[in-house]
Amino acid sequence: MALGAIAGGCDCFFGYPITPQNEVPEILSVQMPRRGRVFLQAESEVASINMVYGAAAAGMRAMTSSSSPGVSLMMEGLSYIAGAQLPCLVVNVMRGGPGLGSITPSQGDYFQACKGGGHGDYHCIVLAPWNVQEMYEMPGLAFELADRYRCPAMILADGVLGAMMEPARIPDEPPVATPPPKPWATSGRNGRATQNVVNSLVIDPYELRDHNRDLQKTYQRMQSEVRHDARFDDDAEIVVVAYGIAARLALSACKLARERGVRAGLVRPITLYPFPAQAIREVGKQAGRVLVVELSSGQMVEDVRLAIDGAVPVAFYGEMGGVLPSPEEVCEQIVREVR
Amino acid sequence: MECVFQRPRSLSDKPMHYCPGCMHGTYHRLVAEMVDEFDLLGRTVGICPVGCAVFGYEYFEFDMIEASHGRAPAVATGVKRCLPDRFVFTYQGDGDLASIGMAETVHAAARGENITVFFVNNGIFGMTGGQMAPTSLLGQRTTTSREGRDARTAGYPIKICELLSSLEGVAYLARVALTSPKNINTCRKYMRKAVRAQLDNAGFALVEALSPCPVQWGMKPGDALAYIEDTVVKTYPPGEFVDRVK
Repeated sequence: MALGAIAGGCDCFFGYPITPQNEVPEILSVQMPRRGRVFLQAESEVASINMVYGAAAAGMRAMTSSSSPGVSLMMEGLSYIAGAQLPCLVVNVMRGGPGLGSITPSQGDYFQACKGGGHGDYHCIVLAPWNVQEMYEMPGLAFELADRYRCPAMILADGVLGAMMEPARIPDEPPVATPPPKPWATSGRNGRATQNVVNSLVIDPYELRDHNRDLQKTYQRMQSEVRHDARFDDDAEIVVVAYGIAARLALSACKLARERGVRAGLVRPITLYPFPAQAIREVGKQAGRVLVVELSSGQMVEDVRLAIDGAVPVAFYGEMGGVLPSPEEVCEQIVREVR
Repeated sequence: MECVFQRPRSLSDKPMHYCPGCMHGTYHRLVAEMVDEFDLLGRTVGICPVGCAVFGYEYFEFDMIEASHGRAPAVATGVKRCLPDRFVFTYQGDGDLASIGMAETVHAAARGENITVFFVNNGIFGMTGGQMAPTSLLGQRTTTSREGRDARTAGYPIKICELLSSLEGVAYLARVALTSPKNINTCRKYMRKAVRAQLDNAGFALVEALSPCPVQWGMKPGDALAYIEDTVVKTYPPGEFVDRVK
């Protein structure tokens, strides 16, 4: 993740220690200054996200990384960033909640990430990696999308991915990131004819309505960035929908189910916002039944049910509190749904 | 004919929204004078707060960022760390800086961030309607301390300059009462040093301006200025607290 951020053109990182993501700031504390880039350990997550706000306003590719309780603290700042139409990257390596919860993996922050989280009508682009390769690749993609739509992007990982070791292909010389020009940045006028202002305060209700309409248009345009991954979906009689580490479990479970004669397929959303509703609808309807697997009490399942819109049955299987179901347990669920 | 007095180039011509007798307008002008004097219009980034100065970006000609409540020093840190050759300042009231933003204030000072803070202390939450602030005087009547601030339940006024003066990251700290032409000239002198501190990369600099809020204090503007000179300065003595500027 840290190396991916560097390759993705991250100019500055601001963060506060929290488990299970401390490797990211630890690596960046060494690697960023070596490249003449900024690393700063902030006094809190509240300060981190506001440092990101300032740096993003100044036209930088700015990033912070945290885990669930810390990300909760960032929600006000994220709302300001969305309101002020600034690009940035926030990483959430999710852990069990609510409250202090645990440091074990969870997917309990889906609603927070995808439905706003902070106050007001806004969205972040939300990307969900499922292996170390994607942990490396996604920061660059996130920066690119954030710059394109001038909105915050979030990478929603979990405690397993945060602690996982596995092979990944990292190019010796990654392509140099080329951020677009940012004529709106508050980096000093330096000869520009008029001042730039970065702001989310729009006191006139009609102007604020128009500003919100503009934001909503951006979210509509963003729908074209939807990404998903499908496995064994051509002949599936049941399709499992899962993201992140739950999708890894689900893929293993699909293979086990096929050994037992049940044709299970997988659809894995790579973007959680925008949500791959159309792909899920098509594959789900073709299969005739859907099972959603999450490490939560059932959050993404609501979006899957909206996508399916009652066309076929949608069942849910989840675990909470950092408990990981085994592929065998998920396979049992798949078989039970079909028979 | 020679022009001896005019609007600073860095100050816009928009009519300000401040109440009669408020000194925000004067303090804004002084900030603009500093930017002009040091020829910084092209490389200044200002951060305005939540509070009465929330529309501060309307009144200046340089680039500005509107921060969330209390977080201006963190926002300024984000800008300054990435663009160290810019002049980055925050403009904050006492509710913003000394209440909700205390952590950001103290840590920016402790890190010795090369930023300049123009702090306005009127001892009350002005914009939200006159509630008690951490800086309200003991016995001060506000809409949330109707019988006067009582130390037994509401604690004691926070003296920002005294509080920050122990931190090694601080390059310059001064307090002045914005009550007379003479004091305004003193304020200019202090602000000049606070700007110089940043240009010299000497560390964190803050100027605290004691300022009246006649509307929320329930006083006539003239009486409010006299009240600062007679009463407020007893809790908040003016002067320079730290001066490591050469």
